[in-house]
Amino acid sequence: MSHSQTASVSIADHEVHHDSPTPIGFWIYLMSDCIIFGALFATYAVLGGGFAGGPGPKDLFEPGFVAIETALLLFSSITFGLAMLQADKGKRDGTMMWLVITGLLGAGFIAMELYEFRHLIHIGAGPDRSAFLSSFFALVGTHGLHVTGGIIWLVTLLTQIKAHGLTTANMRRLGTLSMFWHFLDLIWIGVFSFVYLVRLI
Amino acid sequence: MANAQPAETFSPIFGRLTLDWIPYHEPILVATFAGVALGGLVVLALMTYFKLWGPLWRDWVTSVDHKKIGIMYMILGFIMMIRGFADALMMRAQQAMAAGEAAGYLPPHHFDQVFTAHGVIMIFFVAMAFVTGIMNYVMPMQIGARDVAFPFLNNFSFWMTVAGALLVNISLFVGEFARVGWLAFPPLSGANYSTGPGMDYYLWALQIAGIGTTLSGINLIATILKMRAPGMKLMDMPIFTWTALITNVLIVVAFPVLTATLALLTLDRYADFHFFTNDFGGNAMMYINLIWIWGHPEVYILIIPCFGVFSEIVSTFSGKPIFGYKTMVWATACIMVLSFVVWLHHFFTMGSGASVNTFFGITTMIIAVPTGVKIFNWLFTMYKGRVRLEVPMYWTIGFLITFTIGGMTGVLLAVPPVDFQLHNTLFLIAHFHNVIIGGVVFAVYAAVSYWWPKAFGFKLNDKWGKRTFWFWFVGFYFAFMPLYALGLMGVTRRMNAYPDAAWQPYFIVAAFGAVLILLGIISTFVNFYVSIRDRNENRVGNDPWDARTLEWATQSPPAPYNFPFDLQITGREAFWTMKKQGFTWPKENYKPIHMPKGTATGVMISALALAFGFAMVWYIWWLAILAFVGMLGLGIAHTFNYKRDYYIPVDEVAATEAKGAAA
Amino acid sequence: MSADTHSHHDDHHGDHASHGHGTMGQLMIGFALAAILTIIPFYLVMAEVEMSRTALVGIIMGLGAVQIIVHLVFFLHLNTTSEEGSTFMATLLAVIILVIVLAGSLWVMHNMNENMMPMHDMEQMLEEMQSLQSQQG
Repeated sequence: MSHSQTASVSIADHEVHHDSPTPIGFWIYLMSDCIIFGALFATYAVLGGGFAGGPGPKDLFEPGFVAIETALLLFSSITFGLAMLQADKGKRDGTMMWLVITGLLGAGFIAMELYEFRHLIHIGAGPDRSAFLSSFFALVGTHGLHVTGGIIWLVTLLTQIKAHGLTTANMRRLGTLSMFWHFLDLIWIGVFSFVYLVRLI
Repeated sequence: MANAQPAETFSPIFGRLTLDWIPYHEPILVATFAGVALGGLVVLALMTYFKLWGPLWRDWVTSVDHKKIGIMYMILGFIMMIRGFADALMMRAQQAMAAGEAAGYLPPHHFDQVFTAHGVIMIFFVAMAFVTGIMNYVMPMQIGARDVAFPFLNNFSFWMTVAGALLVNISLFVGEFARVGWLAFPPLSGANYSTGPGMDYYLWALQIAGIGTTLSGINLIATILKMRAPGMKLMDMPIFTWTALITNVLIVVAFPVLTATLALLTLDRYADFHFFTNDFGGNAMMYINLIWIWGHPEVYILIIPCFGVFSEIVSTFSGKPIFGYKTMVWATACIMVLSFVVWLHHFFTMGSGASVNTFFGITTMIIAVPTGVKIFNWLFTMYKGRVRLEVPMYWTIGFLITFTIGGMTGVLLAVPPVDFQLHNTLFLIAHFHNVIIGGVVFAVYAAVSYWWPKAFGFKLNDKWGKRTFWFWFVGFYFAFMPLYALGLMGVTRRMNAYPDAAWQPYFIVAAFGAVLILLGIISTFVNFYVSIRDRNENRVGNDPWDARTLEWATQSPPAPYNFPFDLQITGREAFWTMKKQGFTWPKENYKPIHMPKGTATGVMISALALAFGFAMVWYIWWLAILAFVGMLGLGIAHTFNYKRDYYIPVDEVAATEAKGAAA
Repeated sequence: MSADTHSHHDDHHGDHASHGHGTMGQLMIGFALAAILTIIPFYLVMAEVEMSRTALVGIIMGLGAVQIIVHLVFFLHLNTTSEEGSTFMATLLAVIILVIVLAGSLWVMHNMNENMMPMHDMEQMLEEMQSLQSQQG
């Protein structure tokens, strides 16, 4: 009962203002999303040897191609960082310019991924060919869908920043999208290391 | 009987949905449909007559008030409990009849749907709805908050859960449900062995509801972390809030695994992927591995908030602080982590070696330790307390006895060689009903009788409350003790009929138990009816139980803003402290209160999600695309709304408080 | 124009130069580290460097892990103090769960595959059974 000696309840002196719960809430969402990817990585790890007599990683993966994809995503992370720095200084036009560049880099990444998928399906290495390819398409495709979602969000936010400027609400959204974008780049590290490179040795 | 499914056809407008899929030749379903339709029409007529549509839409459907949403979750839980229990009665009747030569009245095709629906509904739409509802209602008030961290998201989560529940129920009258058991193991649930829409109803219903569950988990964690009254430390929070925090952490880390696993199975079924197929390198065992990585934490998601409920009740009705507060918190945290390293005990028999089975057998047994700590904490809280045997305490004591028995049979099952004998037998069925009914259902009833006066301002009827308890308690033992015996005899689960007539007496006793439980459920609704009818005699003040936590510092029912002033809190059991200090709310100097606005976006997106799910089940691609684009569009449009809050003016606060004081 | 478009709630704490978006220096250090940590594994694979398979796999996975930490620290600004440590705790828990899911699945599934009858054994057995049946028939 030691706590009861110090326990007290009183009316707060001034109106209580909680900090925005958005950053921590969104971070928790990212962690949960991360576990979706974890399950997909685990599936790739377990089923990645199930070629069913079909093509394997060395027949299909081009490290040079993946390196360019990786570069696009890494640069887009940096340009998003630059956009955030501009936003912190309250420079709307600079923010928007870097955001547009980020979006274009992301779109370039998606275009490359779509090209790769189309090519694989075209040569008979689609997801229906083997468990290895199923798990490859599911994991890389889920990442691609996330990036696509990120681009849609980015376009939405660009219109909102254009309309309302760098208000507190928009700054909060920008910070949230920034977390999302960097997070997708982080997942891609796992993809290029574990899905592509390790399987090419 | 229509055992064979209608032929697969495809039209661009209706997909594979044809009139043959409407089961008008099944008398049970037609009668059910007639009942539901008639009941629905009566409700619609009454609502129109009393002009309730406007208030329903304004005050409930579009409300972001955590208390309203909590109550709606409870209503969803009770409605779905009727559906899930009807399935249980059908199974018990079938198995009581179908011994020896007799075939019973349910053909296998239907019986398989019934046990699948029973499991899915009871776990996802009854137990989950109940615990989410209780956490939603109670937790924000326990930490002195006015609402949750993301009120719109809360409303959206609820309606997504409803959309999932509706999709399961639509399958009753349009097409059929899955015939695969509640976890839908492939290859049985794959495209080759589960043709028709049943399995797809399962997948889309769970995915839609799962989104709601995950978002609600994130929301409640953020609420506990960020919205606590100033001064309230984590180690000052009521135990129920602690259990809510840990449960939601489990939801957020476990449900993504379910989402991913079901998505992979969906790809197998829809797009000819090969994760869990028998050919092309797929491995069905990987599904079982993944689904149980979610599945085991899930059972702790259900039971941990119930531990919180009992902690509050034991402490209140013993007139003492909870014994061993810190051990309670740490035991719960231990259970959280341990629940992630035991999943293999669900498939000891699948073929792992001795090393793996031993590891998971031991981790499973270790969980009994923190759980035992909790049982002793509750007992020691009662020890030398002035225990008041009100209805919530009946449920608590019933829980302590029943749950302990269920826990012990669980430890038996954790021993791999024993499990090899008992795997997939009725012993297992008896075990998990023993912990889920004895734990979750009893806790829900305890919580409803405990917090009802807070939510509505009057107590539930005592006599009917005790009748409900005794019917459930005795009914449970009649219904499930025979199943332990049958399981030891080697009777497997999910049997439509059995050749050995010697088993029949046990099944008849179990069916009798189910009837007793039916009487318990009827008593529940009689209790609600009688209590609402006599509400003016049963009115109580704001603190009818002499409770200790902050939710009792509000009015009964609480004002929309919960607390007229912000509180500064030090120490545990804030409301007990207030009572000792002689705290009274000031009657003047109110300030405008900042609140979130209601919105229809959540219910609209969820309605589109329901249309999307239905369209995907039936391959109605145009509708699926339309609904998906609509969801995306509505979601984006919602972000253009920057005016999401308002201030309750001082006059209104003063008026509400004056009314509360007068009552 | 924005005065009435953002909510009351936001007006109260409008510190734009808010916490945790980092500085140009952090961004550039992170960029340099990430670039190096990306180039090395790609070089190892593309130049077909002579090394044992295990060592190469270890190096690539290790560098990947380090780069994930670089991203967490320099781009996502993860630290032990923000949000009273909640962010860090959430991340730690996610990492623990990820390890359990990945390592657990691999261990369980590998062990199960080991204990399964290999495909060619099963085919052999089926053939034997068939020949036995035909002898009996």
